[in-house]
Order: sequence, then C-alpha cells, then structure tokens
Amino acid sequence: MDIKIPFNEELRPDTGLYNAKLGVWLFLASEVMLFGALFSAYVLLRVAAPIWDNSILNIPMATINTVVLITSSVTMIMSWVSLKMKNLEKYKLYMGLTILCSVVFLIIKYFEYSSKFEHGYYPSTNTFLAIYFTMTGLHMLHVLGGIVVNFYLWIPGVKMWETEPERFTNRIEIAGLYWHFVDLVWIFLFPALYLL
Amino acid sequence: MSDHSSHHEESFLRKYIFSIDHKIIGIQYGITSLFFLLFGFSLMLVMRWQLAYPDTPVPLVGGLIKWLAELNGFASNGNLPPDLYNVFGAMHGTIMIFLGVVPIVVGAFGNYLVPLQIGAPDMAFPKLNMASYWTYFVGGVVMVVSFFIPGGAANSGWTSYPPLSEITTATHGQTFWLIGMIFLITSSLLGSMNIIVTIVQLRVEGLTWMRLPFFIWTQLITSFLLVLAFPPLEAAGILQLMDRVAGTSFFLPSGLVVGGEVLANSGGGSPLLWQHLFWFLAHPEVYVLILPGMGVIGEIIANNTRKPLWGYKSLVYGITFLGFMSFIVWAHHMFLTGMGQAMSVFFQTTTMIISIPSVIVLTCFLISLWGGSIRFNTPMLFALSWLPMFGIGGLTGLPLGLAPPDIHLHDTYYVISHFHYIVAPGTIFAIFAGIYYWFPKVTGKMLNERLGKTHFWFSLIFMNGIFFPMLIQGLAGVSRRLADGGITYAHAQGVIHYNSFMSASAWWLAVAQIPFIVNIIWTLIKKKDNPVDPNPWKATTIEWTDTTSPPLGHGNFEKEPVVYRGPYEYSVPNEKEDYIPQTKK
Repeated sequence: MDIKIPFNEELRPDTGLYNAKLGVWLFLASEVMLFGALFSAYVLLRVAAPIWDNSILNIPMATINTVVLITSSVTMIMSWVSLKMKNLEKYKLYMGLTILCSVVFLIIKYFEYSSKFEHGYYPSTNTFLAIYFTMTGLHMLHVLGGIVVNFYLWIPGVKMWETEPERFTNRIEIAGLYWHFVDLVWIFLFPALYLL
Repeated sequence: MSDHSSHHEESFLRKYIFSIDHKIIGIQYGITSLFFLLFGFSLMLVMRWQLAYPDTPVPLVGGLIKWLAELNGFASNGNLPPDLYNVFGAMHGTIMIFLGVVPIVVGAFGNYLVPLQIGAPDMAFPKLNMASYWTYFVGGVVMVVSFFIPGGAANSGWTSYPPLSEITTATHGQTFWLIGMIFLITSSLLGSMNIIVTIVQLRVEGLTWMRLPFFIWTQLITSFLLVLAFPPLEAAGILQLMDRVAGTSFFLPSGLVVGGEVLANSGGGSPLLWQHLFWFLAHPEVYVLILPGMGVIGEIIANNTRKPLWGYKSLVYGITFLGFMSFIVWAHHMFLTGMGQAMSVFFQTTTMIISIPSVIVLTCFLISLWGGSIRFNTPMLFALSWLPMFGIGGLTGLPLGLAPPDIHLHDTYYVISHFHYIVAPGTIFAIFAGIYYWFPKVTGKMLNERLGKTHFWFSLIFMNGIFFPMLIQGLAGVSRRLADGGITYAHAQGVIHYNSFMSASAWWLAVAQIPFIVNIIWTLIKKKDNPVDPNPWKATTIEWTDTTSPPLGHGNFEKEPVVYRGPYEYSVPNEKEDYIPQTKK
C-alpha cells in the first residue's frame, strides 16, 4: 500500500497525540468498562451472599505476584526509556525482564489454581469461587495477551528500530500503557478477592 | 512481500476480500448487513403467518420450515412449531440489531463516509478496520450455523434473560449465541475506536469541530456509546457463558425449581444482575441505532431544502447530551422487575430528561424545512417520512418511560410497535435514504427515481399497516409473547382480527422491497454509460466536492483538501450558485 495515514508517528498539533496513543486510551476505556462491569457483579453478588469464604485463597502467593507484576511495570517503563535514550541493548534487557516477570506471574497463578482444583474448589462450587476464577481468569488472558505482544516487540518486531525508530518507540509506549493497565487491574483484584 | 513499488497492482484477495481500503470494507459491511437485514426480515415473515393463521402450514416455504424444524428436533407438518417460533423471535431481534442495523449504520455508512467527509485518505487504522469486518463476519457465521444444530438457535429472546436462557443447557443454541455475540462485540469495539481516532486525528486543515457535518457528529457520539457500553455486555456474556459451560451460578438464584426439581447448581446468583448488565449496553444501543440515522437525515434535509440545517449547534449539543444521558436510563426497561420505588423514580426522571434532546433534533429538522424550496427526490421523501415516523416512535415511548403505565404496557404489542417505529420506519428509512443519496458517490450511477419512489410509497404504507394496529392491540392488552397470536387469550379477542391485516402488510412490505433490489441490480448492470457527475446533488461537503468521479482510488483525494467554511452553506445571498463548497476560499 502506498498511502500514508497522517499522524501515525508525529503528533497532531491541536490534540498533541499520535493516532495509536488515542486508540490505546480508548481501548483501555473499554477495558475499564469490561472490568468495571465485573467488579459491579462482584459487589452485587457479595452483598447478596450469606457466606463469602475467601480464607481458602493463598495470600502470600498473591502478594508475591503483586510484587512481580509491579516490578514488570517498572521494567516496562525502563525499556521504553532506554529506547528514548537510543540504547537498544538496555531495551532488550528490560523487555526481557518484563516478559520474565509476566511468566513468573503465570507460573505462580498456575500453582494457585491447581491447589484449588486439588481441594475440589471449582467455579461451580460457590459464587465466590465463580467470580474469583472468572475475574482472575480473564486477567490471566490479558497477561497472556501482553506476553504475546511484548515478545513480538522483543524479538521479531525489533527490526523496525532500524527503519523507523520513532514509530518503534511509540509501539513500546502503547504496549506499556496496556501493560500498566493489566497491572492496575491486578492491584484492584488483589484486595477485592484476597484481602477484603 | 518484497514488492515496495507504489504502482504494483494489488492482488484480488488484497483488493476485494482482505481489503484495508475503508471504501471496500464499507461496501463489504454494506452487502453483508443488507443480506442479514433481509434474512432477519424473512424470519419475521414466517412468524407473521403463525400469528395470523396459527398452526397451519406456511405457504411457499412450508417444506423448508418442516425440514428445519425436524433438523432441530421439533415436530412440524409445515407449520411453525412454538419452539421454532421462539428461535425465530430471538434470532430476528439479534440479527436485525447486531448483524443488520449496527453494522450498516456504523460499519458501512461510518466506514465509507467518515474519512471522505473529513478529508482523510483512509481510517486511522486500516488493518484494524479489516479485522473489524472479518470478526463481524465470523460472528455472523456462528449465528447462522446455530440455526442448524439440534435444538435450534437461541430461543430466549434477543435479551437472553436468565434463568430461561440458562436452564436450556441440553441444547447449545444459547451457547452459540453468546460466542457469536463476543465476536460481534469485539468487531464493534474495533470499528468504533477506529472511527473516534479517525475523526479526532485525521480531520483536514480548517475542519474545526463546529464545521463538521452533522453526520460526523452522530458517528462520533455513536462510537463513544459503542466503546463504553458494549464491554459490560461482553462481561455479562462471559458470565452467562461460565454459567452454561462451567456450571457457575452468576445468574441463577438458590433453590430454583425447573421441571419440578430443584436445580443442582450452587445458587446464590441474581437474574436481575444480567438485566442490569444487559440494559446498560442495550439502552445506549438504542441510540447507536438511531443516531447515525439522524445524521443521514440531517445531511439529506440540508441538501434538499437548499438551506443551512437549522440549529446546528443545538443539534450537536443535543446529541452530545443525549449520548451522556443514555448511560443513566437503562433500568426503565426493568420497571416490571419490582426493583423498588426509589430506583423507578430515578430512572423515570432521567428517561423524561433524555426525551428532550430527541425533541430538539426533531424540532431542528422540522424548522429546517420552513421556507425551503424542497426537492422531493427519493432520499428526501424517505427523510421527510422519517420525521413523523420517528415522532410516533418517540411519543409512544413516553408512557413506557413512566413506571405506572409501563407496568400495564410492558409485555404487550405496544412495546413492539414503539421500538419498531424507531428502528423500522425510523432507522431503516434513514438507511434507505442514505443508500439512495450516496449511491452515486459509491458507484457513479444514479438510482432510478421512479422505482425509488415506488419503493418509498409502498414501504411507508405497509410499515404503518404492520405497526399501527400493534399499538391498538397493545393498548387492549395483547401479550407480545404468544406463539399463536393470542387465539386463546381473553384480552386479545376484540382485536385479534387485526393479525391477518398486519401479516398481509408485512408480506406486501416484502414485495415493496423488490423495486429497491431491482433498482440496485438494474442500475449497476444497465446504466453503464451514465454521465458521471461527481456532485449530482450539488452538495457542499467534502466527499462530493473534492473527489473525482467514482470509483475512487485508495487514498481518496488527489490533493489534500483544506476547509474554509461550515458544512451547510446553501442559498447564501448574492452568490452565483446556491451552494458553497466547504473547501471554497
């Protein structure tokens, strides 16, 4: 294709944005509504539930996971900053760390899930477990999506740095915004499901 | 892959199937959604037979119905059995709304016209645009396939209220519905984000917010509604899917008795939760259905009265306010659930408030006609009839917005009539108007006026022949959920004889669409050497004034336009022509 879409990488003067940045913010707005609806469902179900037994959840594991995810958000920013400072090697290091953290998160989550299944706790057991599995499951899908995107930007997609460094840096920023959102959802999920 | 030459011919697959050109994608959306509109309409034609002549074999398509019923496991001698009637009812609503009207007003009109009207070479994200169409297509395929599985497609209404939609786990129609909906929602999200970014970021120089054509404003507000309202339905869909597949009880209360036995689920869920999540989408969705229609009507009225649209700023502020308000009126669909007086009072108040911007829009359009020298061409006839039809639809909605009359009317045909007046002679007429109006832009050929006017007059008459008697039936108290049209229903006895008249109107409405279809096919095939005027309606907006004759190449404009004035400068005194293009200095 030979047409050029304006403001793909340069900023539009009156909005101060490039296209994808506005796009990702709109996407995040829709994600807020998605998880917002689930949190509303959580509140409604919890208010109506006679018992709400979240003592079966493993708080230490979830705390480690919280730290892991926050760390991955920090390394994500570092990878973007590294590109802004034209340091590709540092970018690769920090992006690798980000992916590592997200994989660690999934591994810990796997152990959590399997111990629940071992004890006969399934989504169908009660409303609390139903909302627990649904919300954390959907969050895990988002983590998986983030890993796919970040991995693409880490290895196969990095060649764009040679031809369009500006656009590539923007891509990292976009992926980062998404990743922080995924992190933020967890920061809401952790107290709502484990602590309260 | 390696070919970076700017002159190489794109492959057929890239150009027409997996196209990233917004115009091709718009046409793909248009053709697919017109097919689905026809399909959804056909379901209703069969249902109207069952309503008028219960349990008798359906003429013409009886064999087909028998085959489908037996495929699904229902007994039929060519008639429409009640189970299949429920399937048809649920799928008529689903197909018309999610596969027909939304894709055509946003996917087809929005996609095709938004970049052209704001002077952009394409949408902001062309590949996302392609993904949006193909996700929609997959969602459509899932919905169509579900007709042919054992037990048939979804049969719990387009609203899919639990527990009804969840106790049917023996068959998979509802599960197909949910999966199909997740595809359709994703498609709408991709499409609407794309439209917002395109409008915000890709307006050409000089095209300030208050110089945007009204159609663009309606697309912008519509897209915001889609982005913010669809995800809660997606969440609700996921929860219902969990209920059906993983055995959770999000929407199933404790101690639910089905068929004499207590359900084995854990219980503790709330059927009302679904209704809240569903209507949180579905009320803004109502405005998704009507707003782009308003945009089309606005463009056509200004063009054919040769006058500026009256109250442009009121219109813009009106629909912005309407978009905002549409998020806080949803529970007026739920007055019957006994959710409590405080809730009812809140939602009926907001509902009365939201009728104000609709009245503003209608009033502005009516005043726009004042003193104009109106050209009564086909698009304008559809636009003019839209005004009273939308008026009837809106006014009949007022009693439904107040809890006391709603309790009487809610489960009757009155409601069916009310919202069909909004979407059938409302939105569908706006779609027809838009097709007649923009057809020369898309194809370079004018549709035949005589066939167009035939199409218009008969459609108008038969639309009212269907929906007006429904108001009377509804006021008499006829339930809208009876598969036999009310033959054994005490309330229906005085007004049940309207059924055959209404059904005949529906079939004649189908016949009235033949001139439309013939018109399109005949124009495309026969009128090869029609003189191609890029601006046959003498319009002011960029898509007419600054493009060459169709078909337009990918990229739309040979030279990037610059805008110097508002969208509706018609009949400016002391000008030689009665219109000034937006791009004229």
